Amino acid sequence: MMLSKGLKRKREEEEEEEVVEKETLTVDTWWLDSGPPTAQAPPVVASNSLFDLSVLKLHHSLRQSEPDLRHLVLVVNTLRRIQASMAPSAALPSVSSPPPAPMETDNLLASSDAALSASMAGLLEDLSHIEGLSQAPQPLPDEGPPGRPIGGAPAGLGALDLLGPATGCLLDDGLEGLFEDIDTSMYDSELWAPAAAEGHKPDSENGLGKEEAPVLDEAELDYLMDVLGEGRELPEWTR
Amino acid sequence: MGVSVLSKSMPVQENQPWVSGTPADIISTVEFNHTGELLATGDKGGRVVIFQREPESKNAPHSQGEYDVYSTFQSHEPEFDYLKSLEIEEKINKIKWLPQQNAAHSLLSTNDKTIKLWKITERDKRPEGYNLKDEEGKLKDLSTVTSLQVPVLKPMDLMVEVSPRRIFANGHTYHINSISVNSDCETYMSADDLRINLWHLAITDRSFNIVDIKPANMEDLTEVITASEFHPHHCNLFVYSSSKGSLRLCDMRAAALCDKHSKLFEEPEDPSNRSFFSEIISSVSDVKFSHSGRYMLTRDYLTVKVWDLNMEARPIETYQVHDYLRSKLCSLYESDCIFDKFECAWNGSDSVIMTGAYNNFFRMFDRNTKRDVTLEASRESSKPRAVLKPRRVCLGGKRRRDDISVDSLDFTKKILHTAWHPAENIIAIAATNNLYIFQDKVNADAH
Repeated sequence: MMLSKGLKRKREEEEEEEVVEKETLTVDTWWLDSGPPTAQAPPVVASNSLFDLSVLKLHHSLRQSEPDLRHLVLVVNTLRRIQASMAPSAALPSVSSPPPAPMETDNLLASSDAALSASMAGLLEDLSHIEGLSQAPQPLPDEGPPGRPIGGAPAGLGALDLLGPATGCLLDDGLEGLFEDIDTSMYDSELWAPAAAEGHKPDSENGLGKEEAPVLDEAELDYLMDVLGEGRELPEWTR
Repeated sequence: MGVSVLSKSMPVQENQPWVSGTPADIISTVEFNHTGELLATGDKGGRVVIFQREPESKNAPHSQGEYDVYSTFQSHEPEFDYLKSLEIEEKINKIKWLPQQNAAHSLLSTNDKTIKLWKITERDKRPEGYNLKDEEGKLKDLSTVTSLQVPVLKPMDLMVEVSPRRIFANGHTYHINSISVNSDCETYMSADDLRINLWHLAITDRSFNIVDIKPANMEDLTEVITASEFHPHHCNLFVYSSSKGSLRLCDMRAAALCDKHSKLFEEPEDPSNRSFFSEIISSVSDVKFSHSGRYMLTRDYLTVKVWDLNMEARPIETYQVHDYLRSKLCSLYESDCIFDKFECAWNGSDSVIMTGAYNNFFRMFDRNTKRDVTLEASRESSKPRAVLKPRRVCLGGKRRRDDISVDSLDFTKKILHTAWHPAENIIAIAATNNLYIFQDKVNADAH
């Protein structure tokens, strides 16, 4: 089983989940329009329902293995609009309502604001990991040709020469061949920092002290490969 | 105008002939080539089907050339990104034809991550009469060869060969939504949610980033790129649209990195229509330059708009596609229909614009007469050669016999992808996994 940041989900499972979620969502739909477009409920209550729905959509979107960025951004922006309208000073232009008790509103806003901001900030922060291994800046400076020339591989993967630039029609087959017999479950991709390119054999004690889930640096990997190649009995920590 | 069914075709399902309507067959893009002779469709299963217009028969001058399947090939396969443990869908997001420069045809097809250049060639002759090989290719017994002969080319059944010539990979971190070939016929651009890259058609191992709207801090992300296109005549100009409803015209001569636009086209929000969903419905799902290059056509959730390149403040024309949905935005948000991305198209003379809607309806607007029509693409109403009947959606009150009420609309039947022949009044409509081709019977040529 591969360690992964995202979740690999089959399309059928996703569709089933969407169906289940839609069924769940339609339970509380009293505010759905079935007649002329008039305000049918106090806006505070309507805002809460929309707020909950939007949060649900946001979480559902982020649970996807690769979120639809447009959907995500639009839902987040809508959430912010709803949140802004729930503040006592803000009101929808077409509807007026008596402001709720200040104490309750402050608590509601404080908790929802802090929670929402924290959750949205955290969730959007996670998106930055979609791009690559790190937040490394563009490695290539401007050269004669216009624009920022970027290599065949995204910036954060510069250390991984395995990918390499696209060279032609058969690249896809070549890539799959490279990864066929490598068990990537041992590696956390974040450890592949460019600085660890030296590759020296560490003291055997270095790797033994770690008792958490398998986390290897390049030096330890080299050592492990040497051990396997020589057919020696593996140290206990690899079992 | 009388619109009749020219031909009705379904994508060839080579591997699953007993099943129609599988998710893999859903058409995801439709594109005529520059002459209109060829029509390419891409589907969710990564296949490309190319239709060719048959030459008009002299024996039956009244029957216009119909489109038949010309070639089918698997463009993209599902892939797995091992580093990120993510599946990459094989769905074809866009197809763009290259201008034809020799006997072969070329097109670009793209999924979320990889763009491919395909060359389509015809073979209708084969050499026969080799001296050393027989017709099956086996070597002859040399003792039976008593004289020399010159191999001759003999006609054979037409064979269409498709081969991948270039694969432009690893250029995009986010999902590619557009590709556009430059008028210089040497470069093209590809756009994802946050970046636009410029490629040379002959170079696959590098591309130039010309737009990057990714914020330094992803928490500040509030806007994404939704579509982009090169100007049809000026190779230095391109436009890209955003999820906030703005259009940015960029000039590649001004700077290497076109983060700063030359022109910003934006319409102020109408305060009377303001709602929580204002931003979502203003998100531009498609942008197309007119053939003249003077105008742009945009599609947002409820309208199509025509913009003059010389006026940034507001569009010069706005057409309501389905304003009756304005009161249904809540339920459309809940069902995610509000996020549907409809495309739009110009006719050859830029006088009529077209876009899809729900219930397999599509709409056409005549810019000169200001008349519009709603038509339906469905098997029941589209027998070959039949004339399509205009449809009407009623909100309530007086209802004619064939009107359909808003609440009866089927939101699962959406026409997202449409294309218009570059010169004639022939349109291609993708309705889920069916392709419909219609022609204006009254006015065969664009007026």
